[in-house]
Amino acid sequence: MSQHPSTYIPKSALGKWFESRLPIAGLVHSSFIAFPVPRNLNYFWTFGAILVFMLISQIVTGVFLAMFYAPNAALAFQSVEHIMRDVHYGWLLRYLHANGASMFFVAVYIHIFRGLYYGSYKAPREVLWILGVVIYGLMMATAFMGYVLPWGQMSYWGATVITNILAAIPVIGDTIQSLLWGGYSVGNPTLNRFFSIHYLLPFMIFGVVILHVWALHVPGQNNPTGVPIKSGKDAIPFTPYATIKDIFATVVFLIFFAYFVFYIPNFMGHADNYVPANPSVTPSHIVPEWYFLPFYAILRAIPDKLGGVIAMFASIAVLAFVPWLDTSRVRSTAYRPLYKQFFWILVADAILLGWLGAKPPEGWYVIVSQIATAYYFIHFLVILPLLGFIERPLPLPNSILESVLGAKKGGSGMPAGANAEPQIKG
Amino acid sequence: MADTTTTLVEPTRRDFLYIATGAVAAVGAATLVWPFVQSLTPDAATVAAGAPVEVDLTPIADGQIVKVFWRGKLIFIRNRTPAEIKAAEDVNIATLRDPQADSARVKPGHAKWLIVYGNCTHLGCVPLGHQGEYEGWFCPCHGSIFDTSGRVRGGPAPTNLPVPPYAFTTDTKIVIGQEVTA
Amino acid sequence: MMKRTLLIAAAVLGLSASAASAAEAPIPPQLKWSFHGPFGTFDRAQLQRGFKVYREVCASCHGLSYIAFRNLEEPGGPEFSAAQVRALAAEYTVRDGPNDAGDMFDRPGRAADRFPSPFANENAAAAANGGKAPPDLSLMAKARTYERGFPWFVIDMFTQFAETGPDYVSAILHGYKDPPAGFTVPPGGHYNEYFPGHIIAMPKPLSDGQVEYPKLEDGKPQVPETVDQYARDVTAFLMWTAEPHLEARKRLGLQVILFLILLSGLLYFTKKKIWARVGHSDVASQS
Repeated sequence: MSQHPSTYIPKSALGKWFESRLPIAGLVHSSFIAFPVPRNLNYFWTFGAILVFMLISQIVTGVFLAMFYAPNAALAFQSVEHIMRDVHYGWLLRYLHANGASMFFVAVYIHIFRGLYYGSYKAPREVLWILGVVIYGLMMATAFMGYVLPWGQMSYWGATVITNILAAIPVIGDTIQSLLWGGYSVGNPTLNRFFSIHYLLPFMIFGVVILHVWALHVPGQNNPTGVPIKSGKDAIPFTPYATIKDIFATVVFLIFFAYFVFYIPNFMGHADNYVPANPSVTPSHIVPEWYFLPFYAILRAIPDKLGGVIAMFASIAVLAFVPWLDTSRVRSTAYRPLYKQFFWILVADAILLGWLGAKPPEGWYVIVSQIATAYYFIHFLVILPLLGFIERPLPLPNSILESVLGAKKGGSGMPAGANAEPQIKG
Repeated sequence: MADTTTTLVEPTRRDFLYIATGAVAAVGAATLVWPFVQSLTPDAATVAAGAPVEVDLTPIADGQIVKVFWRGKLIFIRNRTPAEIKAAEDVNIATLRDPQADSARVKPGHAKWLIVYGNCTHLGCVPLGHQGEYEGWFCPCHGSIFDTSGRVRGGPAPTNLPVPPYAFTTDTKIVIGQEVTA
Repeated sequence: MMKRTLLIAAAVLGLSASAASAAEAPIPPQLKWSFHGPFGTFDRAQLQRGFKVYREVCASCHGLSYIAFRNLEEPGGPEFSAAQVRALAAEYTVRDGPNDAGDMFDRPGRAADRFPSPFANENAAAAANGGKAPPDLSLMAKARTYERGFPWFVIDMFTQFAETGPDYVSAILHGYKDPPAGFTVPPGGHYNEYFPGHIIAMPKPLSDGQVEYPKLEDGKPQVPETVDQYARDVTAFLMWTAEPHLEARKRLGLQVILFLILLSGLLYFTKKKIWARVGHSDVASQS
């Protein structure tokens, strides 16, 4: 194997003939084989590969499910039961797909928080980060529409509540709503178009993922120190090192996935969705899927319909501005003692919001939701910009290699001031 | 390549580990295909719905052909006239593309009733009854000709119209889908 | 076991009596189900008894429309014999058609038919039952639950407790009792300890000795012919109707997870081996 990322030279004559016409093997070689990877990546960096796996898994199981599913309000529920009962391994396909959505979000949340912790959004990776936020938005739209398809009570009422949220948008809200409904309420046309879009979006996600990976391969990967690769000694080739690590982590993640699919397949779901959609009865608690709960809590924390909708969308949109909201010159939170505490408070705040999203909007739940919502925005809009000026970061290692090898030798001996400076350029 | 010392120290153990891991992963990947392929086979409801169907022959007039379905497949039931039976029996089997005696295509004592699958053995179109050179069937798609026993006599079809499994429960009732009456 | 359940039930009843006016229903007692956990399977005899209870008691009002007669003989269920299923199906009248004359007609059921619904449609069902249609029972054991709350829902992930539905269904079946003093039950309603709001439209369906169970050699029934037992048996049966491939799922799950553990172990050592090359400074110098 070549030690340095080098131009790919095909061995066979056929390979040369093909490569001169479509240099795809060279692209794969430079992107996934010779591509230099920081040698100090920890297991949080394997979630990118896990997410690619989950996307493919969702597409494959989804394509098979679509062969049996009937996107018609009169037949949808029945066709899902047909899949569960009569189609060979249909229960497996459906549980893989339903739990796969949850696993996808588990992985994406770890991936996002990893990015936040290690400052992976900072220059020169802003476009990479924003593409990630776009993928996340597309994932949420896909997941929401997918949940409508079984046409159970939660499907129907979830669709009703969410489409009513959009009606709060001034001027165009009502038009958007009726374009989504295709009728005077959520009904068969709604189900039909949701199915169509649910089938389309994953391929759009796939497209944005390609851009995301491309945007990653231009500046290269961030790493736990935040110090960029300075010499060949800081890096190792993607294959076999990162490849085998990603495969190992994906298989471990699969154990977690399989545990849910085979032993508690309905843990993430709602019992009410095993009741066919009934427009005349609303379930006692309408709760979205767990991965939407923090945003649902933010929506309900604001006592005004439009205000709640704005807050909810803003809470996602604010992520896109993080590269500019963070003023610190140090990337990795490992060297930011103050921010480290605020980071974990944010994690706790997000979990608290998630828990509140599942609670009825009454009594002190509302007040706590409001405080937690306020904190969420304060974190991004106040703490993140201010901390860059206030905080005194820890000394950075001179290089990745030094951080790996020289915890004793090099790390402490470096003058602090000299360390913090050079990395901002990277 | 990697440094030679490591390679020299334990080449077999490393090779074995790589081969074992690769083999187990390959087995897993291959097995993963199984449920997906299985899901494409006829599902349990379809299989169960393919249970034998009973057909009453009394309303079928002399010379008439009726169409019924079993397992979603088209079946012709033809009440043959004596002339049609004679025409089918008088053929020199040796001259046929798919040699089969008429007696082998009907139930003993029920030569009147010809029961065959209703899709041309060429590419599956539905042949038209009482047409073609032998007044059996003529396939409008590619011109295959069948006689009054459903045997191919001309055109591109390679074989005779097959006979589905069936049995007479009484003289006027058949069950399609089972050979022997219970 | 029984005793423990009763004790819990009593404790819950005691608790709820003090807060009877609250809309919140008490937590159903947690029963021990044969299908719980990674190695859980259905008890065939129990499913067969449960089916008998369904047929003789529930079926007059509640449909089982996602279940076909043939399902009763499939592996992982009550596993009646093919002959039993054929005979059973023939006892039902199934509407078929249109025939050649264009008429709908009735014929005896076949193994491939689904259970005919007791009412022609939902409106007829509602009209015959005081305005509220009795729900179909095919998915009932998965379609009902109660809130576990924190920290239980986290613990449930590890204990694989996924039987809130069956616990609830069986609790409803033996939750009929006299309303507490001062609690007015509207006409057409019935007081049920475990039903949210306590007013249930369904009258008490089960009573002791109502369904005759298969007898042992000494002439005594297999299990006691009591409401409690009926409730358990029919609930187990409904869990099977809701999740007919539960046994296959758990069996395959064990194989898959053992395989993945083996593969991840091998991958771990492979990874370690490969990474050993970068673990030392001398190797690092190559890059």
